[in-house]
Amino acid sequence: MQMSFREIVTILHGMGFGGLFLLAFSGAFIGLYRVCTPDRSSPLTVWEQKLFRIYLIAMTVLAWSTVLSGAYVVYPWYRAHPPEGITDYAQYPQRSLLSSPTTEGWHSLGMEWKEHVAWFAPIAITMVAYIFFKYGSDLSRYRQVRNAAFAFAVAAFIAASIAGGFGALLNKNAPVRGGTVIKIMEGSK
Amino acid sequence: MKSNQHGNESGSEIPNGVAAAAILSAGVGCFCVSLFGLLGDAFPAVARCFNFYNPTGPLSGVTTTAIFVWLILWAFLSRSWGGRSLPMGKINTIAFLLLGIGVFLSFPPFGDFL
Repeated sequence: MQMSFREIVTILHGMGFGGLFLLAFSGAFIGLYRVCTPDRSSPLTVWEQKLFRIYLIAMTVLAWSTVLSGAYVVYPWYRAHPPEGITDYAQYPQRSLLSSPTTEGWHSLGMEWKEHVAWFAPIAITMVAYIFFKYGSDLSRYRQVRNAAFAFAVAAFIAASIAGGFGALLNKNAPVRGGTVIKIMEGSK
Repeated sequence: MKSNQHGNESGSEIPNGVAAAAILSAGVGCFCVSLFGLLGDAFPAVARCFNFYNPTGPLSGVTTTAIFVWLILWAFLSRSWGGRSLPMGKINTIAFLLLGIGVFLSFPPFGDFL
């Protein structure tokens, strides 16, 4: 069992940063709901507010790590142009997808959408984190501010889901491969 | 300033201008990502200008410029609106509209249609 360096980095980008970011939304929505709920039946304590601040910072870091590692590490491997005369596109995922009408759409729709819409997530979650830092549990007194923060958090989740979903499917159709091969396990045969 | 057990600062009122600046600039930032992406796709000269980092191609310039616009606008609006209370309804509407148009423009079939 072996993996290439590029496969490991792609996993870190998609599952490590992106997957964790998406998972973190379940906690973020509960936290935001508790802050935003006007009936104040279960308001956040000072300790919970502190914890939620750290949680939102971690989400912001994850969101930026995902898009930056995607755009500046994985994407260059994906869009690499093969040298003249190469017909085996195994190391050139974009070219591999574009070479067949049955897979072309994964690039022209999937990657083209993903590479732009993904950036909505860090922008939106940074704003949400900032607003929570500024207002804390007082956010419940600002109905329109908390509604906007919640809506942008939902937008960040949708944007990250689109990017993550297409990322997984793109990697299934044309995996990013290459680089140093790392042996993980020795086969029995 | 005294805090109660739930962390509310009694008697303190933060003007909503700080939030308005963050919300509107986030909407503009999202819109700019799509707008610059669309312009880069439509005009090869623009794509060449956005090619800040060759391995990533025009995407590097599209996103860097959009982030720059977002952060500069955020800083400017925070400075201008920081101590004020503003009509949040209007600002939210504009921010959501920009976010919606941004999503619309980022979807390749719509971008190609335009």
